[in-house]
Amino acid sequence: MLDEGKKPLVSIKDLKMHFPIFAGLLRRRVGEVKAVDGVSFDVMEGETLGLVGESGCGKSTCGRAVLRLYDITSGSIEIDDREIGATPQTELRDMRPTMQMVFQDPQASLNPRMTVEDIIKEPLDEHTKLSDAEKRDKVGELMDAVGLNRKFAKRYPHAFSGGQRQRIGIARALALNPKFIVCDEPIAALDVSIQAQVVNLLEDLQEQFGLTYLFISHDLSMVRHIATRVAVMYLGKIVELAPREALYAEPLHPYTKALLSAVPEPDPSLARTTERIILQGDVPSPSNPPQGCNFCTRCPSVMDICKRVEPEYREVQPGRFTACHLYNDTNDTAGQTAGHEAQELTNKENST
Amino acid sequence: MPDGALPVLDVRDLKTVFQTRGGEVHAVNDVSFSLKPGELLGVVGESGSGKSVTMMSLLGLLPSPPADVRGGTVNFDGDNLLDVSPEKLRSVRGGKIGFVFQDPMTSLNPVYQVGFQIMEPLRKHMGMNKREAANRAQELLELVGIPDAKRRLDDYPHQFSGGMRQRVMIAIALACDPQVLIADEPTTALDVTIQAQILELMKELRDKLGMAVIWITHDLGVIAGIADRVLVMYGGQVVEHAPVQDLFGDPQHPYTRALLKTIPSIAGERAARLTIIEGQPPIMAGAPTSCPFRDRCDVAMDRCAVQNPPRYDLGDGHDAACFYDARTGGPRDA
Ligand SMILES: Nc1ncnc2c1ncn2[C@@H]1O[C@H](COP(=O)(O)OP(=O)(O)OP(=O)(O)O)[C@@H](O)[C@H]1O
Ligand SMILES: Nc1ncnc2c1ncn2[C@@H]1O[C@H](COP(=O)(O)OP(=O)(O)OP(=O)(O)O)[C@@H](O)[C@H]1O
Ligand code: SF4
Ligand code: SF4
Ligand SMILES: [Mg+2]
Ligand SMILES: [Mg+2]
Repeated sequence: MLDEGKKPLVSIKDLKMHFPIFAGLLRRRVGEVKAVDGVSFDVMEGETLGLVGESGCGKSTCGRAVLRLYDITSGSIEIDDREIGATPQTELRDMRPTMQMVFQDPQASLNPRMTVEDIIKEPLDEHTKLSDAEKRDKVGELMDAVGLNRKFAKRYPHAFSGGQRQRIGIARALALNPKFIVCDEPIAALDVSIQAQVVNLLEDLQEQFGLTYLFISHDLSMVRHIATRVAVMYLGKIVELAPREALYAEPLHPYTKALLSAVPEPDPSLARTTERIILQGDVPSPSNPPQGCNFCTRCPSVMDICKRVEPEYREVQPGRFTACHLYNDTNDTAGQTAGHEAQELTNKENST
Repeated sequence: MPDGALPVLDVRDLKTVFQTRGGEVHAVNDVSFSLKPGELLGVVGESGSGKSVTMMSLLGLLPSPPADVRGGTVNFDGDNLLDVSPEKLRSVRGGKIGFVFQDPMTSLNPVYQVGFQIMEPLRKHMGMNKREAANRAQELLELVGIPDAKRRLDDYPHQFSGGMRQRVMIAIALACDPQVLIADEPTTALDVTIQAQILELMKELRDKLGMAVIWITHDLGVIAGIADRVLVMYGGQVVEHAPVQDLFGDPQHPYTRALLKTIPSIAGERAARLTIIEGQPPIMAGAPTSCPFRDRCDVAMDRCAVQNPPRYDLGDGHDAACFYDARTGGPRDA
């Protein structure tokens, strides 16, 4: 079932986005924040790739870099058969309608001096030749679609609640019928019912128009619902990528395991008893990542080699990628799995 | 929980209306609740139901016009916060009451370094000198799990990730050892592991300082994990209020029941389609004369269209604003 026949719409190779750090009186460059440090993945046409990981691990930066909202440090970005990794910003303009972003921070991304109607209409003004009446209709449809009352069209962003503002951003991103949308925490500020409404909407649009999404979220139950495949990031790198079911049923990378075990349980009698793998140690700084495996300072399964050699990111089972020394010996898959289960048992004992 | 203790914060019949060109918006209608020392009150409810406006009203944070806090009392520390002078209110805010805004990017000032913004309340309310404040600021950033805290004090907000900005807001709110922390969606941008760390921190501060917390969130998992009591809001009103176990185990209001059904699960069968609550939220154009949930309620009765249900006391600290008695399956006697 591995997306046979489907081709990648987006293909990212060894993408890096480093931010310089300046310090001292002369503001000299003293280092860099390796926010995204060599990630590679494909997003297939019509699929939703979930991107999850700890706060600050580089998800937003990755999403923005893929859409070339930054001039990237290095790497290749191919969208719709066009390499745009090094394309100058001015030449990207005609591609902008096909690729859109829903921003994490709804307030900061909405112009406070424009009415909601104008905000949603703006991309239509810029990139289409629709008549005013057609545009107004389209805006109304979009507002319906994201569950905003049409009566609010003339209001300004400050008159909306946090969740309502988030939906304005979604409506605008949808205005030009894009092919590829990077959704950066698009539902985090919404109540569960409206989250569900937005996710259902994204799914409907995907079905109707064959949209492709990169869906950034820290809500693992929502990602489980919407994503076809899931990529897990840690400290600027992808540590695991797998089809949804496989990832949730049997996470391979120790970080993924910890992450899944920390999901809060919406049942108070269970919530206070469920077993969690609580990670020890601080998150290392992306300007000074540890030697060897990035996760070695906190990994419950850390081995000697992990502190010296960086594990290679590769396919360890069909369709499943991970970067971890526990899975080095992939030829012997059966023995591997048994060994890893034993490993897991000892982990459980240690963590209780 | 400390039963019988006097509330540290007591809100009665709070009412806030916005004047807009399109008429009035009755965003908060007679909201009442109280908070005891060391208690964690969760607030959930539909987007737009008035959670943020309630908290902003009681802290005097809404510009007027358009906001008009029309009535109610907010008792804190022997004063009615709706009556005190603006100076007094400013010293309470950020001092004895810490506040985390829903939108971290707009509440952090983009032109000042993060460290400066954490140090400011420390110098203003705690009388610290520059060095003390800098040390404390670093400590606070470490508490909320920001790596390399010392260096990052010199960064500007745009250099932080969304979740890091939220944690800076939490650090600022906690800076002056508040008696009450009001946190409005403080962890929406945080992943589960850091969220768990922040929740632990809250419990610790509660136990150590007796800090009471109001935690607004859409994440029912978080509520289940840390709240003592829960307030459910809909259409500008409190529709249900209960100890956390009862809210999940024995929800009474039709909105709460519908809300609990919408949670997607991490275990078990993956639903082909997520459950939603059908229908539109209320417009809130006038003072309510009927139940705000009426159009979406599957057990609505005639009476619900002509009367706004009061909060019925159901015993054991549980109340619900609904004419339908979910326990008997029939109408409630007035
Ligand atoms: N300045 C304003 N003018 C008019 N209406 C406003 C204004 N500010 C808020 N409102 C309205 O008041 C209602 C309550 O908003 P509030 O921000 O309290 O919602 P909320 O419960 O916090 O929602 P969310 O979960 O989405 O943050 C909303 O319907 C909103 O549209
Ligand atoms: N413009 C910038 N200048 C310097 N550092 C930056 C900049 N933007 C992001 N960073 C740093 O890059 C790292 C990754 O940030 P990013 O916003 O991508 O994280 P994220 O995974 O989206 O986190 P969150 O879940 O909290 O939103 C962080 O350490 C952040 O401080
Ligand atoms: S490589 Fe080593 S440290 Fe890294 S995740 Fe695997 S076992 Fe843990
Ligand atoms: S009062 Fe009536 S309409 Fe409102 S929630 Fe109860 S039964 Fe439904
Ligand atoms: Mg982000
Ligand atoms: Mg709000």
